[in-house]
Amino acid sequence: MNEIERKLHGLAGADAVARSGQAARRTVARAVSEGVADLWFTSIESPVGDLLAAGTRRGLVQLAYEDGDREDLLRGLSARLSPRMVEAGPALDDVRRQLEEYFDRRRRRFELRLDWSLAPGFRGRVLHATADVPYGQVTTYAEVAARAGSPRGFRAAGNALGANPLPIVVPCHRVLRAGGHLGGYTGGLGRKRYLLETEGVLQAGLLDLPPARPRP
Amino acid sequence: MAGLPPFQHLIDSHRTDVWRFLVASVGPAEAEDCFQETFLSALRAYPRLRPDSNLRAWILTIAHRKALDVHRARRRRPVAVAEVEVDSRGGEQPAGAVPDGDLWSAVAALPPRQRAAVLLRCAGDLSHRQVAHALGCSEEAARRSAYEGLKKLREVYPT
Repeated sequence: MNEIERKLHGLAGADAVARSGQAARRTVARAVSEGVADLWFTSIESPVGDLLAAGTRRGLVQLAYEDGDREDLLRGLSARLSPRMVEAGPALDDVRRQLEEYFDRRRRRFELRLDWSLAPGFRGRVLHATADVPYGQVTTYAEVAARAGSPRGFRAAGNALGANPLPIVVPCHRVLRAGGHLGGYTGGLGRKRYLLETEGVLQAGLLDLPPARPRP
Repeated sequence: MAGLPPFQHLIDSHRTDVWRFLVASVGPAEAEDCFQETFLSALRAYPRLRPDSNLRAWILTIAHRKALDVHRARRRRPVAVAEVEVDSRGGEQPAGAVPDGDLWSAVAALPPRQRAAVLLRCAGDLSHRQVAHALGCSEEAARRSAYEGLKKLREVYPT
């Protein structure tokens, strides 16, 4: 490269990376507010690990434990919903704030609009039934199956809860096996236990299970 | 799974190239508007893009078209800012001490295709083949335009 070519490359100045980053954030904010983007996402820190939150015009569409799979989660959303995806933390401030309040025990009910696109059919009915279980209370797989209109479908209900696209907000952690066994949890039993302890359902050390703590 | 990656990837990977190209082409004052319009247009068209497309060449092609709009609008204005700068300061700078503002003016004064070819190549880091694709001309023509454009810039500012 000769002098002129170097100068042309450097015309934007040494701060081109920072300036383009600022311009990109403003562009993304417009993409959301002007309805050009279909999907926006951000990472939210929590005591149970980083959560990936994704929203659409209809509401929160996914909340997922990242566990190092952020890239796969994003590509999955792009393939299933729309590739018009931008990273826009401010657009999900409500979700961030309400989660923070929940973990601080200052919030017992989420007031968020939800987009159920990732929970069609029976799975959606099971999750809707689960969404009605109040803070600090628990139910069984058989009961949510019955409320979803399929009294004997507790195994299918378990699968539906295992694929919950909106954990914590749709409280699948409040669904236990008959007899008070914890059952399963997408993000690992340590998290289920932590959430139930947070809500005062479980006391630490009451059951012989791994201690509640976020996975590394 | 093939399919398109999330659009944010494209922003993260290419925003700085697009910024460099636009600042060099339309100047710092109008670069941001152009930048936003470039990525918003790209976002609108994105789902229709073939997954095997070269994303950097594609986004810079859009940036090139936005820059062209700005240059056209300037020509329609009675007195273009760039021309004023050339008139007031051109030809009196000692070689080797050229303020960037003057290089901008010289770039702005190039014929549109030469300007685009030079900047897509030097500021956007595209290959001649990709420049050709962006300009809708042959690779030979793109190479020639870049060569002619650089030659003119060197005449104004010998190095």
